[in-house]
Amino acid sequence: MSGDHVDEAGSPARRARAIEQLLEGVGVVSGVELDEFLDRLPATSSPANGTRIVARAWTDPAFRRRLLDDANSAIRELGYSGDGPSVVLRVVENTDEIHNVVVCTLCSCYPLALLGPSPSWYKSEAYRSRVVRDPRGVLAEFNFDVSPDLAIRVWDANADTRYLVIPKRPSGTEHLSEDDLAKIVTRRGLIGTAPL
Amino acid sequence: MPERFEIGERVRARADDPRGHCRLPRYVRGHVGTVVAHHGVSVVPDRGATTHPGDPETVYAVCFDAQELWGVSDHTVTIELWQSYLEPR
Repeated sequence: MSGDHVDEAGSPARRARAIEQLLEGVGVVSGVELDEFLDRLPATSSPANGTRIVARAWTDPAFRRRLLDDANSAIRELGYSGDGPSVVLRVVENTDEIHNVVVCTLCSCYPLALLGPSPSWYKSEAYRSRVVRDPRGVLAEFNFDVSPDLAIRVWDANADTRYLVIPKRPSGTEHLSEDDLAKIVTRRGLIGTAPL
Repeated sequence: MPERFEIGERVRARADDPRGHCRLPRYVRGHVGTVVAHHGVSVVPDRGATTHPGDPETVYAVCFDAQELWGVSDHTVTIELWQSYLEPR
């Protein structure tokens, strides 16, 4: 795995500042635009978006189908635009046979708009390098022992695709409303590192 | 660059080690997987930040068996790879 993002030339913050100054200097982006983006991010990007999408998929089979077939279009029904027009959102579903887990081995690509900023472990070299090789072992370290009956599918978000996992709906939740279902979905469930 | 590989086709990730930035992770290099989806078209990141980014290429979701990658375990790893990272099996 690449360790290139930290070097003796300077801290990541210093390097980011240098890049920002260069981009402003050649007119690619202005400081005002960057500030607006950073203000908007925490206001609109949150795991609550992902939990709402899953709750709708659990309660509306036709929406679930559209979500699995073409997530970019389906999430627009709920007012979300995802991470931009060039980014493909792919939704994968946990079943009685399959468990899905998401990683980005070369950096930390993540469905930011739908899940908010990624957890620190998602960006760690340990998670990124190990989950592709030994997902059962890594998930066990999250106190999640995946049944040997389940096939594990790891998704390495290496290009302009972002992945979201639909966790298995827990039994005994048939009586819950869509809003209440959204409350039992967790961020780790949406990445695939925890059951619900 | 026209699309080269069909869904279901077996492909091999290139084994060579190019200089500079590359988004073909070492753990798939030289290994054989199956194209499972087409994930749009974009500029190859190796050249994306240069003055000659080249033509955009099809991006393929390629599924590898853990046995093929690591010689152990029964999971699969699916990763997006640009067309020029792949060759026919």
